[in-house]
Amino acid sequence: MTTKIYIPRDSAAVAVGADEVAQMLGQACAERGLPVQIVRTGSRGLYWLEPMVEVETAEGRIAYGPVSADELDDLLNSDFLNGGSHTLRLGRPEDIPFLKRQNRLTFARCGIVDPLSLDDYRTHGGYRGLEQALALQPAAIVEAVTQSGLRGRGGAGFPTGIKWKTVLDTPGPQKYIVCNADEGDSGTFADRMIMEGDPFILIEGMTIAGIATGATEGTIYIRSEYPAAVAAMEAAIAVARSSGYLGAHVSGSSYGFDIQVQVGAGAYVCGEETSLLESLEGKRGQVRAKPPLPAHQGLFGKPTVINNVLSLAAVPTILAEGAAYYRDFGMGRSRGTMPIQLAGNIRRSGLFETAFGVTLGELVDDIGGGTASGRPVRAAQVGGPLGAYFPRDLFDTPFDYEAFAARDGLIGHGGVVVFDDTVDMLKQARFAMEFCSIESCGKCTPCRIGSTRGVEVLDRIARGQGVAAGIDLIEDLCQTLKFGSLCALGGFTPYPVMSALRFFPEDFVARVPLAAA
Amino acid sequence: MPFEIWEEARAREIIAAHATESGSTLRILHALQEAFGFIPEAAIPLIAEALNLSRAEIHGVVTFYHDFRRELPGRHVLKLCRAEACQSMGGDALGARARAKLGVNWGETTRDGRVTLDAVFCLGLCATAPSAMINNRLVGRLTQSRLDALIEQAQ
Repeated sequence: MTTKIYIPRDSAAVAVGADEVAQMLGQACAERGLPVQIVRTGSRGLYWLEPMVEVETAEGRIAYGPVSADELDDLLNSDFLNGGSHTLRLGRPEDIPFLKRQNRLTFARCGIVDPLSLDDYRTHGGYRGLEQALALQPAAIVEAVTQSGLRGRGGAGFPTGIKWKTVLDTPGPQKYIVCNADEGDSGTFADRMIMEGDPFILIEGMTIAGIATGATEGTIYIRSEYPAAVAAMEAAIAVARSSGYLGAHVSGSSYGFDIQVQVGAGAYVCGEETSLLESLEGKRGQVRAKPPLPAHQGLFGKPTVINNVLSLAAVPTILAEGAAYYRDFGMGRSRGTMPIQLAGNIRRSGLFETAFGVTLGELVDDIGGGTASGRPVRAAQVGGPLGAYFPRDLFDTPFDYEAFAARDGLIGHGGVVVFDDTVDMLKQARFAMEFCSIESCGKCTPCRIGSTRGVEVLDRIARGQGVAAGIDLIEDLCQTLKFGSLCALGGFTPYPVMSALRFFPEDFVARVPLAAA
Repeated sequence: MPFEIWEEARAREIIAAHATESGSTLRILHALQEAFGFIPEAAIPLIAEALNLSRAEIHGVVTFYHDFRRELPGRHVLKLCRAEACQSMGGDALGARARAKLGVNWGETTRDGRVTLDAVFCLGLCATAPSAMINNRLVGRLTQSRLDALIEQAQ
């Protein structure tokens, strides 16, 4: 009997050797005359265990990891094709506490299915949301999304249903759905994971958005750093098209909808929605002033829904299971689940999709197991390079848009980057300013020039040239950036800088000159 | 990495293949760079002409985006992530080591044309940090010895 083996094709798994494992395992099984079928899946998101290999057995899938190519003979000698015991044996993946504690709605299929198999997608509940949507009037679809409480997962947290309603109510012969897959925040990888591991969910979500708002064309703007996601999305779009899920008659209905992929070119600021629209139009990614809102005048001046990958990927569940089902997860005004990404110096790194409300401390200490280095945790940066650095004292903050905002932080796109006690917070503040100066689109003076001045002032503090005056200047500069910038790049760079200064003042003293990093 | 030698007719062919697509500037620039390894100065008037835009506008786009090169890269391109998740796992030290070993700064190519060292801000491998990309191959959990081996192998 042929044994099915599942090995991720996810970029991060490949980066730690999944391709070699797949190739060598196929070879070793052939040499031993063992009939196997290797299926390449997405990642389950238990990255500290990647490459994680799963074998189909009588008791379900049994996982082994992290597997390296030179351990394969040993695994085969331990009868791992039948779930045999081995030091790398992890048991059933669903029983691993990290996975067991999650509420996987968006990521329910990721790591389980063959990403490009439409049969797999449908067998595991795919396209049920679209089916429901096709039975509803557009306004009722929009109402369901509003009722679900879904808010923009890109970071701004704007209610998705309101955005859709604005586009639905704006007349226009041509409207667009734009998916923001320019996932540039360090510490985030959920968009990449879902596009590589379950691309049909994004196609389904965008299709529902199109039907709900009267848009017939969709574009996914994917950053160039994600070539595997580009390939997976393009391949899945071709499958959906040939199966009638995209095209002039979506699923045999009177609605037409199609999707194309466009690749970015390494500009972080293009993750900002108006900059992204400029980039899609083939221009420099310079931020636009709002109003007009993209919902009124977006891509090529037409009414446009622009949503993050995770917002759109949440939609099929909302339609399939009902708004109330989704809304019942979460706390306060943060409803549903958030795919949180545990990254950096953390023992159990990976994707943790859970209802809003879990505290930062639970995420870092309990779920993440503390640092990978084994040293004490000193800080966690939440929400990417524009997010605040939280000290341990604030680890009781629940993962919730308002709770983080109340403490001068943000949840952003859900990335948590953990640092141990070797971190130099002056250096981190300097990096935030430097990053802003490198990535500024140049439109707003405080961001374009203030960021460079910020680097210089922090360097002067490090050299001991007027520490107190320098700190005053940084605070003043941050105020200017915050209130004098059109978008979040200039407007939020003060978060990491000011949090570093406020919570870790002991690091803002003269020291050995910083090496030009 | 083998690239085509600049030829105007070939450039025009690439530009024409994309010129009718919406927002085609980035597509054209990506395609040209894939063919020639960089965006030759001579390509800019050709793109401007095909899209009915000014040369200044095309120049503006080329220089705005970090991806587009204005000169031929080395035979190998090593990208190291400089962003926070990789910093937390020792990325800065790896960056300093790579610069010292290659004798170049970020964005520069070794004098023998062997390696171009690029900084990148996030490859989305933040749970298997620190990370790198060598000639489009991703590398996670990078260590000093693995970095040394990557540099050594890039001949």
